[in-house]
Amino acid sequence: MTDQTQHTAAGATTNRESRSTGGFLGLKGRDVTLMIVVLILTMAAPIILNPFPQGSSLAQFNAGYPDLMQRFVIFGILAIGFNILFGLTGYLSFGHAAFLGVGSYSTVWMFKLLNYNVLPGLVLAVIVAALFSLLIGYISLRRSGIYFSILTLAFAQMSFALAYSVLTPITNGETGLQVYTSDPQWLRAAGSPDMPHLFGITMRATETVRVGGWSFDFNFGYYFCAVVMVLAFYMAIRIFRSPFGMMLRAVKSNQQRMNYTGLNPRPYTLAAFVISGMYAGLAGGLMASMDPLAGAERMQWTASGEIVLMTILGGAGTLIGPVLGAGLIKYFENIFSKINDGVLHQWFAFMPDGIENALVTIVHPFVGKGWHLTLGLMFMLIVCFLPGGLVEGGKRIATVFRRDRKSGPVEQQAAQKRNAE
Amino acid sequence: MGILEVKGVNKRFGGLQALGDVNLSVKENTCHAIIGPNGAGKSTLLNCLVGKLVPDTGSVMFDGNSVLGRKPHEINQMGISRVFQTPEIFADLTVFENVMIPCFAKRDGSFRMHAFERTDSETGIVDQAERMLREVNMFEKRDVVASSLSRGDKRRLEMAMCLSQKPKLLLLDEPTAGMARADTNNTIDLLKTIKAKGDVTMCIIEHDMHVVFSLADRITVLAQGTPLVEDIPENIKGHPKVREAYLGEAEV
Amino acid sequence: MDAIFLQILNGLDKGSAYALIALGLTLIFGTLGVVNFAHGALFMIGAFCAVTLSRILSASFITIDETRTDFLGNPMEVQTPYAEAWFGPEIGASIIDWAVPLSILFAIPVMLLVGFIMERGLIKYFYKRPHADQILVTFGLAIVLQEVIKYFYGANPIPTPAPEVFRGSMDFGVMLGFDPNVIIYPIWRLVYFLFSLSIIAAVFGFLQFTTFGMVVRAGMADRETVGILGIDIDKRFTIMFGIAAAVAGLAGVMYTPINPPNYHMGMDFLVLSFVVVVVGGMGSLPGAVLAGFLLGILESFASTTWAIGLVPGINQIIIYLVAIVVLLTRPRGLLGRKGVMEE
Repeated sequence: MTDQTQHTAAGATTNRESRSTGGFLGLKGRDVTLMIVVLILTMAAPIILNPFPQGSSLAQFNAGYPDLMQRFVIFGILAIGFNILFGLTGYLSFGHAAFLGVGSYSTVWMFKLLNYNVLPGLVLAVIVAALFSLLIGYISLRRSGIYFSILTLAFAQMSFALAYSVLTPITNGETGLQVYTSDPQWLRAAGSPDMPHLFGITMRATETVRVGGWSFDFNFGYYFCAVVMVLAFYMAIRIFRSPFGMMLRAVKSNQQRMNYTGLNPRPYTLAAFVISGMYAGLAGGLMASMDPLAGAERMQWTASGEIVLMTILGGAGTLIGPVLGAGLIKYFENIFSKINDGVLHQWFAFMPDGIENALVTIVHPFVGKGWHLTLGLMFMLIVCFLPGGLVEGGKRIATVFRRDRKSGPVEQQAAQKRNAE
Repeated sequence: MGILEVKGVNKRFGGLQALGDVNLSVKENTCHAIIGPNGAGKSTLLNCLVGKLVPDTGSVMFDGNSVLGRKPHEINQMGISRVFQTPEIFADLTVFENVMIPCFAKRDGSFRMHAFERTDSETGIVDQAERMLREVNMFEKRDVVASSLSRGDKRRLEMAMCLSQKPKLLLLDEPTAGMARADTNNTIDLLKTIKAKGDVTMCIIEHDMHVVFSLADRITVLAQGTPLVEDIPENIKGHPKVREAYLGEAEV
Repeated sequence: MDAIFLQILNGLDKGSAYALIALGLTLIFGTLGVVNFAHGALFMIGAFCAVTLSRILSASFITIDETRTDFLGNPMEVQTPYAEAWFGPEIGASIIDWAVPLSILFAIPVMLLVGFIMERGLIKYFYKRPHADQILVTFGLAIVLQEVIKYFYGANPIPTPAPEVFRGSMDFGVMLGFDPNVIIYPIWRLVYFLFSLSIIAAVFGFLQFTTFGMVVRAGMADRETVGILGIDIDKRFTIMFGIAAAVAGLAGVMYTPINPPNYHMGMDFLVLSFVVVVVGGMGSLPGAVLAGFLLGILESFASTTWAIGLVPGINQIIIYLVAIVVLLTRPRGLLGRKGVMEE
């Protein structure tokens, strides 16, 4: 017994030491590693995502083209923000697409009124989304659980209906909001680009580098979004490690105890809701910055469902999960949608004809236009078998490997450590 | 004038009179036990003190202020902490986090947007929480997720959470219910140490007479929502009304 | 007065559909404690049962009629439905004509089966999981079902007419003493309303007057206690899920002549039905029915030119507005019980 206490006391001192050592920008230990990994991955994405030489049969699996990469990081921002609400507080919002749409509209309006510089648009997108989510959150958060989900869903559908019909003067209804030559653009300087740009560098500016058979596109729009996402990710880590983040997890864990500990759960949850709404607004603004068009369908509840799915797939409540989820879904969406019967026949060509045809028939419903079927199945499988998402899956695999390599007590320690995380 | 003054409190649930004209006065830094048979209204009374229920009539004054109409978190901020019959803890969080949260609540009030500080850089809070965990002998479990604790440990954790707020009044709802004898004795010892410090008022609901008589300075016997007697423990033991209340229950 | 009456009538058909779907949702929620986002898909599957049966019934073989020629001068190909060949042209034709009502018989076993498979195969593993997980897995299932239907039936709406006798409209007002030509109402909508009423009555009667129903009601009130009584509540709940699926399916079958079914009709109705359930009071069967009809009628009033002139777009958002107001002022819904889904 005494032995054990001594042991833990020693452990405590090392803990204390590690605490006192400074970190990097307020991040410590694993978080620094995580941040660096994300930074490297996003910055090198144009290379990493194009592993196959151009013209090779595998080139169709490349994902390194600008508009897809932009989508990766923009939806990454969206999922990071959603995770701050759902992952930490457990409040499942089915209406986050509304904030996305609001962000897009705001940005396009800034293009119409001021000029094509994206900064004012993004700032407005975040502000408007914040106000909008404050309003919706204030009302929706008066209820919890399933009621909250349905309230947010109702609000989002209402926003969609409004954007589609009544608010046509602001949203341009079915056609979608876009910039016309007749728009005022009061701050437009002569000679500035006729498309979204950041101080003169257009979002479409792309440098293509060819190395041997490979070709890499370095697109300014992507790098702009990537920098924003890295910043958004950094903020998310800070929130996760802050007392505020701990309070949000407390909301998820036991609101009754929170109340009787002198804490008011509602402002905490509302703050999380608004923060995640701002992330969504930012993502919407970036979407409009990459392609200056905002449509009401961006606000539909299926879009909200997709945000939920990304977060779940990667792992709600984990830091890196939502980014992974967003990337994977957008990647598969892109790849699966492109595959048609012709491609399938090519793949299975080495098989005897009968089997080839059978395989094509089996796979056919899941690819091309059937992408949503695969999406739905993936959704179900993840919720059924891997509620913690891919991050949990990764951890499980890692545990299996550890078990193989190391002996019993070490494994117990590992389990304890995992518990502590 | 006690730190807690309950006057003429009534509470009805439909046709059931749960509390009838309850008067209670708890002196500062004493331990006051409320005993009584099942359904006597002990828990209802406690719920009226912490803001979970609002009495139909009557007044509840704490430290000179009325608690009526205030929300639970506001009442807690006034200095009342409650230990529940079944431990209410943050099950998904680690033991250490569980204790840090009340420390934050004590320091920062019911809401603060401290989103950019690091939790582990708050040295004041961390030290306070570590000291508290050592005090209840749970320091070695600081990184364990609370849901995996044993039942006894969960109770100790909840106690630690309440104590780390340095409450003026600590309400204990059957703190030893379902505990083994050894655990009960540990809890009694812990409560005795707290009491010995003399800076906290305790109000305890308990069935276990051993616990009650080891701790209480005064005892109120509640039956059918009304206080029967209030006196020092020695006088309660053989009091005819008390025996009647309990024996009456035993016969049923 | 007659205008008001007309709007009430106009709201009845949508109201009936809302009420039936909401009824099933509430049954599932009340008994199994599961929030079923795939319930709209059941409505849609029901509708496609009707499509399927009418396709089966009108399946035909081709014969070549040498006596006639088509416009190219080739011998004319004549399609003869098997139904007409087997039962004679008249009976055959009327069988095909009555495909939608006949689909009821076809849909009941299909929907029960679908319900049983769903409950046993998926939902039962989610009883103890958080509501968020239930929402998510049934949401995924809804997408899957929707895509499967889309794969087999295509993305376009499939017109499925009502029997000839029920097509067209009738002057409903005259029967009630209004002026002629004021209240013209499509006959099938009236049929749909009456049909819904009888289904609702059947469900309530079943719950009220059978032992089975009594146990289920007891289970809705307090699941734990009924479990302790040693009654095999799980089997009954499986059957309840099947019944809820059948109710949604039948609502879908009969709705096909009003609105040609497409693969996303389920989702469209589901969102509104959830709102209906919440307005009526989570877990309250009469609440679901009441709110279904109320909101259907309200929607119909909001769609009048007068209302739209007053508040543009009100017809699109009225249901959501009402839901928000109700949830904030009467958080438990119109007829909701205390304690349902509070956490």
